[in-house]
Amino acid sequence: MSVKAYQRKLDVKNGRVDLSHGSGGRAMAQLISGLFHQAFGNEWLARCNDQSTFDVAAGRMVMTTDGYVVSPLFFPGGNIGSLAVHGTINDVAMSGARPLYLSASFIIEEGFPFSDLKAIADSMGAAARAADVYIIAGDTKVVERGKADGLFISTTGIGIVADGLDLSADKARVGDRVLVSGSLGDHGVAIMSKRQNVAFQTEVVSDSAALHNLVAVMVAAGGSSIRVMRDPTRGGLAATLNEIAHQSDLGFRLEETSIPVKPAVAATCELLGLDPIHVANEGKLVAIVAPDLADAVLAAMKAHPLGSDAADIGEAVADDRKFVQMATGFGGRRIVDWLWGEQLPRIC
Amino acid sequence: MKYADEFRDKAIAQGIARAIGAEVSSRRAYRFMEFCGGHTHAISRYGLEDLLPANVRMIHGPGCPVCVLPASRIDMAIRLVDRPEVTLCVYGDLMRAPGSQGQSLLRAKALGADIRMVYSTLDAIRLAEQAPRREVVFFAIGFETTTPPTAVMIRIAEKKRLRGLSVFCNHVLTPSAMHSILENPKIRDTGGVPIDGFIGPAHVSTIIGTQPYEPLAEQFGKPIVIAGFEPLDVMQAILMLVRQVNEDRYEVENQYSRAVTREGNRRAKEEVSQIFELREQFEWRGLGLVPNSGLKLKRAYAQFDAETRFAIHDLRVADNPACECCAILRGAKRPVDCKLFGTVCTPETPIGSCMVSSEGACAAYWAYGRVRDEQLRRTS
Repeated sequence: MSVKAYQRKLDVKNGRVDLSHGSGGRAMAQLISGLFHQAFGNEWLARCNDQSTFDVAAGRMVMTTDGYVVSPLFFPGGNIGSLAVHGTINDVAMSGARPLYLSASFIIEEGFPFSDLKAIADSMGAAARAADVYIIAGDTKVVERGKADGLFISTTGIGIVADGLDLSADKARVGDRVLVSGSLGDHGVAIMSKRQNVAFQTEVVSDSAALHNLVAVMVAAGGSSIRVMRDPTRGGLAATLNEIAHQSDLGFRLEETSIPVKPAVAATCELLGLDPIHVANEGKLVAIVAPDLADAVLAAMKAHPLGSDAADIGEAVADDRKFVQMATGFGGRRIVDWLWGEQLPRIC
Repeated sequence: MKYADEFRDKAIAQGIARAIGAEVSSRRAYRFMEFCGGHTHAISRYGLEDLLPANVRMIHGPGCPVCVLPASRIDMAIRLVDRPEVTLCVYGDLMRAPGSQGQSLLRAKALGADIRMVYSTLDAIRLAEQAPRREVVFFAIGFETTTPPTAVMIRIAEKKRLRGLSVFCNHVLTPSAMHSILENPKIRDTGGVPIDGFIGPAHVSTIIGTQPYEPLAEQFGKPIVIAGFEPLDVMQAILMLVRQVNEDRYEVENQYSRAVTREGNRRAKEEVSQIFELREQFEWRGLGLVPNSGLKLKRAYAQFDAETRFAIHDLRVADNPACECCAILRGAKRPVDCKLFGTVCTPETPIGSCMVSSEGACAAYWAYGRVRDEQLRRTS
């Protein structure tokens, strides 16, 4: 007769992660099964293997990887967990693919509260379920206090892209239209407001969202007329368009008045001396679309909840200097350059 | 945004542009210096130069506090924060300003120095309260606009007996610098183009008023218009300067009457004068030593003066000899005339003062203006 060893339950309410939770022993097994499996629960994780086996559908596979080191971990509109799921889904989706599976690796600092870890894991599970994507592999490491900023998450995403669709940043052509799916700078401003305790009557909420369903309706409307899609995360719209300009060997001309920016985001940027087109987004995409189907793609975007504020903001132009230019609301012109290092507030 | 959008109205801007176009004389050039980086930023960001006639040229002046901070002061700050007990509080875009060896506070932070980016002097006070055993040093920088908050911080530190809080003072004065631009032999020797008028910074004048500029206008015969930072403010100021030039007047005019008076903010000025006194001279990046252009703490407040407290002495380091900042901020040369521009000197690796912060002449030109010049060259 086997005797089952007694093990204290995870104290999710008041407990904290310690080094034993990363040591490969019983405590780690308890953390994985009692917290992560509960949050992500699916048939693959239930088998408790170090890997998961899955069937491959027709088409080509897409794979991406990403790391999340956001501070603060919880922000208006989400947390590091939901952000990791959305961000990785979006990186897969920008190829036009349907995201299927994710892996998640956690590097946890000793002393991290279980309650926070549970909230983050639960939001990851909820975000994945809402997107019809499964977290099927993971890893847990615990590092000593002071060796990490609470929690880091690394994810890998896998998806399938249909044959005939080959989006790439070197495929933009002169005359293509530049479409954005909505207002810019929401995520970055939500994070910065939280960091700097900048409070407004209207709280700015992160736009963190999974964009693959929006991508699906765009692909249905535009097919291979969609040359490039990118989610303008760090560095914002400016960095994304500069990257595409360099990879496609052309320039862009934008209309400032067409670029959607929420008043509260614009106001915060004014206050901190930042530019919304340099600020990060986590639920927006930029699409470079051939002119003949740009209006159809834009209409499809506007008909989707995540693209209701979508806009045509400019066009690709011949330019051997690869400048991204903008016609200002004043009738003047300016260059939209890459961000130089960290975006820092101005003194006066 | 209420109270901002009204000053960004395209139709009004074009109306002012038409008025400028109608009033300029085709027989002469108009060269106006916007002294302050905030104006440079507005001109660049809104593409205002595209709205001006070809014979109206804007010269980007030295008025960005980060740009004009000499490398020696960055060296001193890094030396200061090398001390393990020191926490250095700095305003944001000072982090990238290069020292004499290309080092910066950003790099010092990466190497382990305790440097905190703050948004106001209140943040420094909070840090000093939270860490009474630390030496919290506030890197005070800026023109007359940012000096009163530093003065108030010292008052609060005195009242709360925050013995660990001190100030590394780099506050500078706008009129002195303007005087230096018009008179400094180092600049005169660059063969600078004449400046027909100045746009002065309104936020400075909310403190000091417009009166301190009157002797300058009189002595050098240059019109000065104190202007706000919205694009319409700048356009209106240019029109006012054009009119003064055409009428051969050289007065100090107040475009920003919604917040600026001739006398300024008496209480703020009193607060500053109680705590600070003039330095005999202060070094400006690109201008060299400028007499009576900087502030230091009065002897009575020596306990709050980081330079005294930590015995860090003035350093002198030479600017890069190939750097043309001095001529650029005088209007004698354009950023593209400097052989460092866009090669070794870029916003990511700034060498000269004008490239240091986003408000510097070269940085603004790099970010916003290159295309205009290229197109002008191609069509001329």
